[in-house]
Amino acid sequence: MKELVYPFNGIDIMRRCKKLRKELLSDGSVRMKKKIAVLGGSTIGHIVSALELFLLNNGIEPEFYQSEYNKFYEDAVFGSDGLDSFAPDIIYIHTTSRNLKYLPDRPDISEEEVQQRLNDEISFFRSIWTALEKKFSCPIIQNNFELPLFRQTGNYDCWGLSGQSAYINRMNLLFAEEAVRNNDLFINDINYLSAAIGLEKWHDPEAWYMYKYAMSTSVIPDLAYSAASIIKALFGRNKKVISLDLDNTLWGGIISEDGIGGIELGTETAVGMSFSEFHSFLKVYKQYGALLTVCSKNDEENALAGLRHPDSLLSPEDFVLIKANWENKDKNISDTANELGLLTDSFVFVDDNPAECAIVEEQLPETAVIHLKSTAQTMYEMSRSGFFEVTSVSGEDIRRSEMYSANVKRKAQQKSFTDYSEYLRSLDMKAIIGDFQPILLSRIAQLTNKSNQFNLTTKRYSEAEIKELSCDPGYIRLCGRLSDKFGDNGIVSVVIGRIEQEILHIDLWLMSCRVLKRDMEFAMLDELVRICREKGIRKLMGYYYKTPKNNMVAELYARFGFALISTTENGDSVWELYTDKYTNKNNVIKVN
Amino acid sequence: MNRSEAIKRLNAVFCDVFDDDSIKIADTTSAADIDDWDSLEHINLISAVEDEFGMRFKMKEVSGMKNVGEMLDLICERGN
Repeated sequence: MKELVYPFNGIDIMRRCKKLRKELLSDGSVRMKKKIAVLGGSTIGHIVSALELFLLNNGIEPEFYQSEYNKFYEDAVFGSDGLDSFAPDIIYIHTTSRNLKYLPDRPDISEEEVQQRLNDEISFFRSIWTALEKKFSCPIIQNNFELPLFRQTGNYDCWGLSGQSAYINRMNLLFAEEAVRNNDLFINDINYLSAAIGLEKWHDPEAWYMYKYAMSTSVIPDLAYSAASIIKALFGRNKKVISLDLDNTLWGGIISEDGIGGIELGTETAVGMSFSEFHSFLKVYKQYGALLTVCSKNDEENALAGLRHPDSLLSPEDFVLIKANWENKDKNISDTANELGLLTDSFVFVDDNPAECAIVEEQLPETAVIHLKSTAQTMYEMSRSGFFEVTSVSGEDIRRSEMYSANVKRKAQQKSFTDYSEYLRSLDMKAIIGDFQPILLSRIAQLTNKSNQFNLTTKRYSEAEIKELSCDPGYIRLCGRLSDKFGDNGIVSVVIGRIEQEILHIDLWLMSCRVLKRDMEFAMLDELVRICREKGIRKLMGYYYKTPKNNMVAELYARFGFALISTTENGDSVWELYTDKYTNKNNVIKVN
Repeated sequence: MNRSEAIKRLNAVFCDVFDDDSIKIADTTSAADIDDWDSLEHINLISAVEDEFGMRFKMKEVSGMKNVGEMLDLICERGN
């Protein structure tokens, strides 16, 4: 729903909240159900309402637990029956500077005392996080602190020992340090948000006096959007690709008319600078794992010439695919998605031409469209959109673009073979398949949350859950890494089986779509059966739970040679395989 | 502001906030007449009305308004 994507009209969203909710819930889309506990240090009612809308719009149907007014500490540390039995998938702690207990309160306070107060304050929050982690081992989202609107001492407030702004800034640093150390803690940066919106607009003391809202009701949607961005990122609903137009989007002018010497790019002109800055801005997304592609109405020759402009910071090699042709742009985006093995709902399309934007919006409503009016505005829109919210950085993220580029090269090689298995053998594939290693836990958790298509049960695990499971003898765990002569794909497949006497229940079987049709799934199954035989497990039970996205594996267990036991009306199915009947299936990948 | 114009626009706000297009407000309409008009929705209503008419209610007014008529008086006096 377009009105729920940044830039949105927050006041209108709140006014039509009930109607929007009804529309979303009846739009026929299937969403993952998640339990979200919101623990508040002030009123949270409308924050939860807005959060619900933004999550519904991102494919997540939340069920909420809401703490009693200002009972965030009690609920967390002493527990409450309501929260304990709710068993949240994620916890959002909505506290603000109104909840700081030890703010400096006199001019002659010493550095030691301020240190002590900071220490008491952070210990208070640490005790909340620790208690929650111990009980629920799930991700925790924690607001940091907004700066005050009133400063009795003026500028002194930001540097004097007794300054409140100074204290708040130090607290925010302490929170950041905690989040770096604690993989399950994520900061919702209301310090940035309140500054970006403006403290004058953010603060509304009367909303506090009347309703105990710690900010103006008009900024509640912004706050909720920010928290929702983290939540949807944690559940793998980020965008993956930025698909860019060229003329007047990556450079000023039209290359087919102005020629390579006539387009504006580089530091010579103001317009040129604006595009250069946009290039460096986009490169950062690439560094964090987003894929860049070109989607432009141009001759390919001209497109490549433009990207080889001496002042272009982006080169053709920065794009995993370049579609410069005269096809419709929605078709080019669909084709790009197909070739990369991604879905069009993970695309963000950027174009300066409103007509092109309108066509893509119309034909691919699931694709996010940014109409570039100026690069400055587009950069702000993208950065506030939450499309690429980062919650962790894995080696995989950093190398993603490279890996997809290698895939495009593989595709080219495939064309020179008529026999597919010959092509597979030509790749010289090697796999390492083994138990979860501590260093891989974060990548494994990330995969369980990101994989939608090649995923039999779509069961999501937090990093804490994966960690717990990784030393439980009641499970067989496999993760597989695949490399070939074009490069290393990294960890691409994860299997989790739960042992019940002589039966192994396959709770999770997923594979990254990067390595579709490479027989990696057979290599994984061979290894799984080998381990099962070693442990005296006679039977594997496979489960397929249908989602709107995992149709490609509906028949996977059949291809594996499992026998179908039952199906349900909604398309789920259960399968079994006796390990003594199994013969190895992989003969193109060298394992371990 | 003219009262008949105000009541038309105010009615639209009520329909949106309570998601009920059949609502027809009158001067005597109060929280007792609309099922969903609880304290939480009251906050939402006040914000939406303030935005619609580009005005701000005083704290005393927010807690003191007894019915739509009193709200309309304030809107006619200060709304845009």
